Amino acid sequence: MKEEKEIRLEYTLARDFIDEVYSIPGGEQIKKCIQCGTCSGSCPTAYLMDYSPRQIFAMVRAGMRKEVLESEAILYCCSCYMCQVRCPQNIKITDVFYALKRIAWNETDLKAPQARLYKMSPIFFDIVRKNGRNHEIELMTRFSLTAAPLEIFKQAPIGIKLFFKGRLPLGGKKIKGFKELQKMLDFCEEHEVLGGVV
Amino acid sequence: MKYTYYPGCSLEATSFAYDLSTRAIAPLLDIDLEELEDWNCCGATAYMSVSQGSSFVLSARNLALAEKKGWDIVAPCSACYLGLNKTNIYMEEHPEVKDLVTKALAVAGLEYNGTVKVRHLLDVVVNDVGLDTVRANLKRDLGGLKVASYYGCQTIRPEGGFDSVEDPHSLDDIVVALGATSVYFPMKDRCCGGSIAGSIREQALRMSKNILLAAQREEADIIITPCPMCHINLEAYQSQINKRYDADFNIPILFFPQLMGFAFGRSEKDMAMNSLIVSPEKQLSPFV
Repeated sequence: MKEEKEIRLEYTLARDFIDEVYSIPGGEQIKKCIQCGTCSGSCPTAYLMDYSPRQIFAMVRAGMRKEVLESEAILYCCSCYMCQVRCPQNIKITDVFYALKRIAWNETDLKAPQARLYKMSPIFFDIVRKNGRNHEIELMTRFSLTAAPLEIFKQAPIGIKLFFKGRLPLGGKKIKGFKELQKMLDFCEEHEVLGGVV
Repeated sequence: MKYTYYPGCSLEATSFAYDLSTRAIAPLLDIDLEELEDWNCCGATAYMSVSQGSSFVLSARNLALAEKKGWDIVAPCSACYLGLNKTNIYMEEHPEVKDLVTKALAVAGLEYNGTVKVRHLLDVVVNDVGLDTVRANLKRDLGGLKVASYYGCQTIRPEGGFDSVEDPHSLDDIVVALGATSVYFPMKDRCCGGSIAGSIREQALRMSKNILLAAQREEADIIITPCPMCHINLEAYQSQINKRYDADFNIPILFFPQLMGFAFGRSEKDMAMNSLIVSPEKQLSPFV
């Protein structure tokens, strides 16, 4: 079988992508990656990813910015930290993946299916910003309605069961200091440095 | 021993049984919990994916409020535990994080000097209270009850502050102290898919299925867990997993203080066992 390989010319690569990742607290650690693949071998979702975690690290270092940020790999990370505790080079892999998610989040021309996967977070933010606490029934309902309206019929029986067990109270709690909290969150937004501190 | 108690959002809703049972067994174990006044959401995994700064600031507000009291802060929820702990560590290791958080807190007239120790409830029970005190409270003989101890990820990783990051045993130790049998359970620290359950449900179901399957193979009567996300995935979605994988799981999932309270002679009602979707009645009735 003839194998096809795409060759990327150096000038098409984003050579400053690595600096973006280095500026994440702990991000400079990826210099030390020895491409051993322990992360990929430890990852419970790697088999679903278009690029394995090991490949993602190589691609970051090569400057394949678009491919990395559009990859499903960074979305399939389930934050179990298994790769991170096993990494022989002590790279905070899960945290780097979080940073890649954050950079991708701010790119507006993402592929549609990937953008859909991000729909949970803004709803969660909105609820926490408004009340200071999460309100599970509101999160579940609003997420189902925006991201996957047809899913709501599938998920409804579980919601109903939880509701009748008293586990989805209708009234959410609002903290007293919600206005101060909003000011703090606004401050963060104003001082956001992509890939860096935020 | 006095602690600041940080229940977290899940313990007010889907996991209220965790909150109830924790508060019920605490006095028996000489754990004096004072709920953190006006606490807010820890930010969970969702915030971390979009704004790390906001995520740290959310956690830091809680830490700043707790610092005024000076006690360790206890989080029963593993995601809260991780979020608060991570904020402490990043503030200590990265000056730019400390700077941002300090300035943001100042907007609300708060300050945090990094002195609050973040503890998981499981850590407090095993290492501060100790298993001797646990044994001293036993009122029921749970001999013969087979329990699978499921830790989940974020209870022990990434820091592994109080237990092994890959082969934890604190929960198993409690099970043994309660007189029950802790079954061989290699899936005990594998991910249930909690943080992707909203976005990639199919995969989360599959991951939870593998955990239930491992428990079923060892003929576990029940699974206990210290994590609200693990609990909802394994418990509330169990019927959906059965449907999807043509399986017949019927394994009650209890929060570990629920089982402790039961062993301490408290009624099933006190432990809010009736709030569980998969009822543990059949498994626990021989011990009543």
